[in-house]
Amino acid sequence: MGTLKVTPLNARHRALGAKMVDFGGWDMPVQYHSILKEHEAVRQRAGLFDVSHMGVFDLKGPDALAAIQYLIPNDASRLTAGKGLYTQLCNPQGGTIDDLLIFCLNAEHWWLIVNAGNRDKDFEWIASQLTGFDAQLSSLADNTGIIALQGPSAADILSRICELDLNPVSLPAFSIRATEIQGHKVMLSRSGYTGEDGFEIYVPYAQIEAVWDSLLTAGQTDGLEPVGLGARDTLRLEAAMPLYGHELDDQTSPLSAGLGWSVKLQKAADFIGKQALITEKEQGLTKVRVGFVLEGKRAPRQDYTLWLDDQQIGVVTSGSLSPSLGYPIGMGYIQLQAGQELPESFDVDIRGQRHPARRVKLPFYKRS
Amino acid sequence: MSDYFFTESHECFKLEDGVAVVSITEYAVEQLGEITYVQLPGVNQSLSQGDSFGEIESVKTVSELYAPVAGSVSEVNADLESSPETVNDDPLGKGWLIKLKVDGEPDTSKLMDRAAYNSYLESLR
Repeated sequence: MGTLKVTPLNARHRALGAKMVDFGGWDMPVQYHSILKEHEAVRQRAGLFDVSHMGVFDLKGPDALAAIQYLIPNDASRLTAGKGLYTQLCNPQGGTIDDLLIFCLNAEHWWLIVNAGNRDKDFEWIASQLTGFDAQLSSLADNTGIIALQGPSAADILSRICELDLNPVSLPAFSIRATEIQGHKVMLSRSGYTGEDGFEIYVPYAQIEAVWDSLLTAGQTDGLEPVGLGARDTLRLEAAMPLYGHELDDQTSPLSAGLGWSVKLQKAADFIGKQALITEKEQGLTKVRVGFVLEGKRAPRQDYTLWLDDQQIGVVTSGSLSPSLGYPIGMGYIQLQAGQELPESFDVDIRGQRHPARRVKLPFYKRS
Repeated sequence: MSDYFFTESHECFKLEDGVAVVSITEYAVEQLGEITYVQLPGVNQSLSQGDSFGEIESVKTVSELYAPVAGSVSEVNADLESSPETVNDDPLGKGWLIKLKVDGEPDTSKLMDRAAYNSYLESLR
């Protein structure tokens, strides 16, 4: 209960006619006009998202890298200034506290971009693990907002109002730069949560309305549209990107979640959860994230169950009628005994009715 | 020309020659968002007031449909199979769901008229 938190773009959303919802305590736009049209705008042209509810943490000090190496299963040691990566925070049991992006601004200055719903939990967790490291954690979340510009036209639109060389050779995925957008100093990374090319722009609260307006104006001729959280969810689902609270939680390891590519068990530094993850890998996963598709138009949804004959084998974590593909898609977890193979097909219980599902390789959608 | 009767679960109907034309309300449509699928019953199925007669899926959510009045299904809106978005565009008109043949006078004691439904909606906001 209590009042909802607002981002610095709240007045803009309301002026644009957005339908606002309570999203984990935040007053956020779920859609402006249509989830399906906003989804399509991002796949075909470009969309603009307010993701200021996410957390930006600053970690500074001579031991900042060592602290990060201890906190995450991915290997940040190869990162130089301006580079970043996707990773998780794991607990000692290998479960996932959050998934996040980290960016190296310089050897002694790093940024961590965390999920909105986990901001407070993550901050306390990281702070509690810094004992013995010469590194200071602070949160920029209450004065830095984030705008995401995503879609095939994102780079063209941005290039009209930003001097930075946006060529993917000079600015590859997960890199970050300080730059200006029409005179406003911002940080800008090539990253996102849609499966399209795109950017996330970190802007002080005082300038964020001006930057939002500049971007919308610059993209007008390309059909840039503001996009709410409804389409953000269907976009990330098609791209099979995990959403904390759905595909990830503190009982689920990144290995189970199919994020093994971001877990570097061989890295020299010890890290929280390392032993548990090594053991899990050696003994074999007991549950595995899968993707599946259905016939018809009925959507699988979180907590629906997965069945093989009369045995429940798993549970759905996310699903939707895919706006881009036109058929229902879902992700979930299947329980496995040691040595068992994943079934190629199974049933989803949709409100008391069994619907045959076929397992598919993730992601469902990959940009061409 | 009869007016609509409304349920607390946002179904409604109007009577046309002893047949109740059942819809969901504009408020329901607004809450659901873009509708992607409507599951409707077979013709001749007999329903008591409050029975589930189908389900409606939107991009965001799914919800059950309840019969606002007892009757037997005389017709279902087959157009919704290929164009479920009609429910968004015109819920009380072309987006009707089913027609129920009502025996005698319908029991409206648990239902709201338009004015009562409007104040009910106010109480939800």
